[in-house]
Amino acid sequence: MIQYFSMMLVAVGLYGLLSQKNLVKLIISLNIAEIGVNLFIVSIGYVEGGAAPILSSVSDNSSLLFVDPLPQALVLTSIVIGVGVTALALSLIVSVSKSRNTIDITELSSGGGDSE
Amino acid sequence: MSVFSFIIGVVMVGLAIFAIEAKKLLTSVIMLSAMSLLSVILFVIMKAPDVAITEASVGAGLTTAIFLLSLRKLKRADAE
Amino acid sequence: MKRIISALIALLFFFMIVTALNSDSSDSMGIPRYGEVKLSERVSAKYIEKSVNGNEDEINFGVTVDAETGSANMVTSIVVNYRSFDTLGEVTVLFISATGVGLLLGGGRKRIGSVISVSPVVKTASRVIAPLLMVLGIYVFAHGHLTPGGGFPGGAIIAAGFLLLVVVDDEKRASKGLKILEGTMGLLYVFIGIAGLLISGSFLSNFLPTGVVGELFSAGIIPVVYSIIGLKVGAELSGIVDDFISEGGDEV
Repeated sequence: MIQYFSMMLVAVGLYGLLSQKNLVKLIISLNIAEIGVNLFIVSIGYVEGGAAPILSSVSDNSSLLFVDPLPQALVLTSIVIGVGVTALALSLIVSVSKSRNTIDITELSSGGGDSE
Repeated sequence: MSVFSFIIGVVMVGLAIFAIEAKKLLTSVIMLSAMSLLSVILFVIMKAPDVAITEASVGAGLTTAIFLLSLRKLKRADAE
Repeated sequence: MKRIISALIALLFFFMIVTALNSDSSDSMGIPRYGEVKLSERVSAKYIEKSVNGNEDEINFGVTVDAETGSANMVTSIVVNYRSFDTLGEVTVLFISATGVGLLLGGGRKRIGSVISVSPVVKTASRVIAPLLMVLGIYVFAHGHLTPGGGFPGGAIIAAGFLLLVVVDDEKRASKGLKILEGTMGLLYVFIGIAGLLISGSFLSNFLPTGVVGELFSAGIIPVVYSIIGLKVGAELSGIVDDFISEGGDEV
């Protein structure tokens, strides 16, 4: 069930990327799609009745069934890289808006070229 | 457990659609932050505590702060 | 018109994925059903076996000495020990993005002023809370091999403490020291990798002795690397926040 919802989030993010004109809304749609993809990758590693992959002193470790730790390591990397990409994209948007005074992609793509 | 994750999933998709169609940018950013927090609950249900702590501190904390600070700079550039 | 076409494309994508998720194909092209994963067919079975069973016999928490990685958190042993090269790549990507933000937005002397005037109660309270936040961040990355967390959320919590200080107070700036700290920690990570190459023959190998599983000073090189990563990510994200707050750099 979580897999369907995460793919719905990716589809909503895709719709936002295709139809919005404001640059900041494009970055927000990209973040929505990223949340969906991270949820989907963690859901691939889930084992029914498994425990979280940490050894502790209160449980009997040899007879437990653990969930898959490898997709979790992958998603850890992916979340941090998402933050880095968002920060760089937002700083580019601020810099563009200072020099062209608009953050609308139709105005940026058609009215350019005369400030050279 | 399955009903709980169904409700959270429906609320997350609703917030996402609302975030894209909102008129003001501030509303969209706050909806994105709420979506990050709800995804932390889903990560805990799927028994992934490392990912939950990372998404809570990085996604819901720092991404929202960076969005709000850049919205402030955009308003300043607009008003000049 | 544009919205209808993009909504149709998004729906088409969603239906393609739902068809792939529902397919009953027994060969490995389909995605396995949620929760019914046979772990014995995956590489992760080897990783879990090494963490739970060790080389010959069982690993008991607090008893076993000299296991292969020695960390109680399996995700940490994958991120820092078995796939440590990917973590080096991730640290590089964060460094590139922080450098980009610094190039585009930094260098300003002034600060954007706050909209509301902050009362002295808030200022004093935040001066008390922000060091507590930084101590929490240091705890999270120092115990990365025993409890969930690790270097990346620890650094993010340190950056959140820094953000609290900078938003409330009008004078505190620290941009140069942060950039120096970040660069030094990145170099230190590569040097530890080269030291592993010189001592044991492979880059980023675990060359310190792994002690008793479950103590703070155990698991060889893992707490050292996570402390380096935690300080680096904390300094980086604080530098990004600092660049977004400053204003008045040279106009392009």
